[in-house]
Amino acid sequence: MVARFMSLKEAVASCIKDGDTVSMEGFTHLIPHAAGHEVIRQRIRDLTLIRMTPDMIYDQLIGAGCAKKLVFSWGGNPGVGSLHRLRDAVQEGWPHKLEIEEHSHAAMANAYDAGAAGLPCAVFKGYRGAELPRVNKNIKFIECPFTGESLAAVPAIRPDVAVVHAQKANKKGDVLFEGIVGVQKEAVLAAKKSIITVEEIVDNFDDVPYNAVMLPNWAVTAIVEVPGGAHPSYAQGYYKRDNAFYKAWDKIANDRDSFTAWIDEHVMKGGPEDFAAKREANKG
Amino acid sequence: MVDYTPTEMMTVSASRALKNDDVCFVGIGMPSAACNLARLTHAPELTLIYESGTIGTKPDVLPLSIGDGELCETAVNTVPVPEMFRYWLQGGKISVGFLGAAQLDKYGNINTTVIGDYDDPKVRLPGGGGAPEIATSCGEVFLVMKQSKRGFVEKIDFVTSLGHGKGGDDRASYGVDTKGPSRLITDLCIMEPHPVGKHFIVTSIHPGVTREDIIENTGWTVEFADEVAETPVPDAHELQVLRDLHARTAKAHEGQQ
Repeated sequence: MVARFMSLKEAVASCIKDGDTVSMEGFTHLIPHAAGHEVIRQRIRDLTLIRMTPDMIYDQLIGAGCAKKLVFSWGGNPGVGSLHRLRDAVQEGWPHKLEIEEHSHAAMANAYDAGAAGLPCAVFKGYRGAELPRVNKNIKFIECPFTGESLAAVPAIRPDVAVVHAQKANKKGDVLFEGIVGVQKEAVLAAKKSIITVEEIVDNFDDVPYNAVMLPNWAVTAIVEVPGGAHPSYAQGYYKRDNAFYKAWDKIANDRDSFTAWIDEHVMKGGPEDFAAKREANKG
Repeated sequence: MVDYTPTEMMTVSASRALKNDDVCFVGIGMPSAACNLARLTHAPELTLIYESGTIGTKPDVLPLSIGDGELCETAVNTVPVPEMFRYWLQGGKISVGFLGAAQLDKYGNINTTVIGDYDDPKVRLPGGGGAPEIATSCGEVFLVMKQSKRGFVEKIDFVTSLGHGKGGDDRASYGVDTKGPSRLITDLCIMEPHPVGKHFIVTSIHPGVTREDIIENTGWTVEFADEVAETPVPDAHELQVLRDLHARTAKAHEGQQ
């Protein structure tokens, strides 16, 4: 089936349902914030959220009560400090208890790769002497059948839905990623369905290098044009990371009331069209 | 005599640990400042790698996150994150991992996961990120961290990343054949592992710091080397470059909407 162009509302409503396992990826770059807001607006519940670096986007989803479980490898606001909503959920159970499954980056990167490759698990040299295997039953050790070396194994990541942001789609629905490409391709190929928000839809890709990171239209479920849809993350070539807002988030999220007021004002009363102004403000 | 702060002393000392031909996996925060200072002073060909996939990056300002756009724009190449961890890190291509910690023990084992019990934590920290495998796959590990009784403890609450384990040859018993933590740079001194026991011993003390200062700010019983050096002070050029770097960084991060 070929990718369909949709509104963000339609894409989220048709692809994500209560109880799904969802990966919203983007390694600092190209984080699909507009799509995260739409999930909050549609009040989708009991999600298992997977993400290597559950920064502000998952802080918002967790604080808004969308998550039942979090699978992650580094949960902070990079360069700023803690994720207060994640911390409140883990330490105090607010707005409700959150189950966590914790890995290292190497484990999750390998698990996405295994998911995309159709393997049941990922095998790698990891967790040696580390304590996470004691508290996470999804970390095992196996013996290499050829050398006898002990290797870490984790289940492949196979989300119901992957949600990512990219720079461009063309009119046929092929998608182009540039810059820090993280695990986006792996997440989409590992998932049953995918939503890709893009900065713009163009007639054709001009001068694309032969080895550009691309997803052909038949590997994608839904494409939505949301200019600025990664803000306060960034889209290389379009706008810069809004580091000042990442710092401001620390204060907004540190208090339940100020967090809830922010979500009401900027998410529940907002929409994907609000992101275009953020793109303009962070150019240059 | 140039005036400098203890943090500047630490950052400059940490930067001097890096060599021009090192390939260094950079942690965010203090390591990032030290690594870029090295690149801008005595080690211009130093290869800096951030876990976002940027190889050989030369940022003009310090990134707030490990994936700021400038890291990609100034890199030799940017690879997908699975490739970063599989081919480059696990493949043994990286000579030095530069890490910080929330809690550290005398064997250089690192905790960045929780303070208190894992299932009922007093403080939930961000977690391991790349560190568990950086700590075992890089040729050696440099640690940089401000010294305090709270951070330098007899027993860490959670072993996020392996240092020298329980000491001696314990590290190798996990199937790890890399050197592990070979240097710990703090705001008071430099420590290096004992050749046999592998516990940190103080090998160099920063000017103006006393042995008592170090003992008071360490949660384990401090051991000093037979011959303890005095750490050379930062020179005027290093301080200027570091201060300019911080000034450019502050301006860049505050200048946005």
